[in-house]
Amino acid sequence: MSKFKKKKDGGLPPINTASLPDIVFMLLFFFMVATVMRENTLNIENRLPSATEVEKLEKKNLVMYIYIGKPSRNYKKKYGTEARIQLNDKFAEVSEIGAFIAAERADKREEEIPFLITSLKVDKKANMGIVGDVKQELRKVNALKINYAAIKGDVSRNRQ
Amino acid sequence: MAKRASPEVNAGSMADIAFLLLIFFLVTTTMEKDSGINRKLPPMQDDEQEDVIIKQKNIFTVLLNNKDQLLVEEELMELKNLKTAAIEFLDNGGDGSCTYCKGKRNPKSSDNPDKAIISLKNERKTSYGMYISVQNELVAAYNVLRNKRAQQEFGMSFTEMQKNVKDVNWVGNKEKLKEQIDQIKLEYPQKLSEVQ
Repeated sequence: MSKFKKKKDGGLPPINTASLPDIVFMLLFFFMVATVMRENTLNIENRLPSATEVEKLEKKNLVMYIYIGKPSRNYKKKYGTEARIQLNDKFAEVSEIGAFIAAERADKREEEIPFLITSLKVDKKANMGIVGDVKQELRKVNALKINYAAIKGDVSRNRQ
Repeated sequence: MAKRASPEVNAGSMADIAFLLLIFFLVTTTMEKDSGINRKLPPMQDDEQEDVIIKQKNIFTVLLNNKDQLLVEEELMELKNLKTAAIEFLDNGGDGSCTYCKGKRNPKSSDNPDKAIISLKNERKTSYGMYISVQNELVAAYNVLRNKRAQQEFGMSFTEMQKNVKDVNWVGNKEKLKEQIDQIKLEYPQKLSEVQ
């Protein structure tokens, strides 16, 4: 039998996988650099409306987020189906917004404070009533620069 | 002294470890940047301020009701016609002081773009999607006018100018470009008021 084995030499030589880690590491570094960690877990439905005239928010560390939408399925029993506000990881009342903005401002350097923008991430099914209340609250604490978060797209998609 | 060869570390599983990390970062990555419509809220006024009298013809009233219907200057309007109506209003130039306006110079409509104010009112039950659609159309109206004006004055549209200012690779005088942008912004100021 050994006689036959020695002769056999026709198969493909195995591919050298020594450089595989290098390739994987290269990809890994790319994604590590490009990654922005999700800051909050959403407890609400948050389907943003579409708009064509959107502007990009440049400096992520200068943005404060306020989420508004219906509680997601797990929270429906506890919080009902009416649109609610979410700040950081918790549901909040309109009155808590002032404290939230103050806390966010305390985290930032003093010279950055005038450049802070509040991004309103509001579900497209939400009513303007709650958004108006939030805007009023923001005016009270003098956080006047706001941004209505929207995806680039045609406005006709907002009706669905 | 006896030479002791250190045992070689098996690096065969390095790829597996790297893959594990790679998959973790792949899953957690969010590439998209935040985008949206920028607005500035009016500051809160503590003391009673004297009401500034604005002529009715300089105000373009847009009302969104509970059923997401659009009422523009007391007339029902479709969303798709809003942009043209807003452009017509802003670019009217009724008092003749606006030399670059292309409008009809209707004396019953706005005096000049500096005085023209768009007032957007909504009710509590208005849906947010519709509200953003309307905001978008109104911002689009301003952008159309600014683009036209910039094209005519500087041979470059306003959006292009704004893009170039942010572009690191753009060759040209950025200071001058910024001045030009400010000039266009002054000629067609965005006066959009959101009424509570």
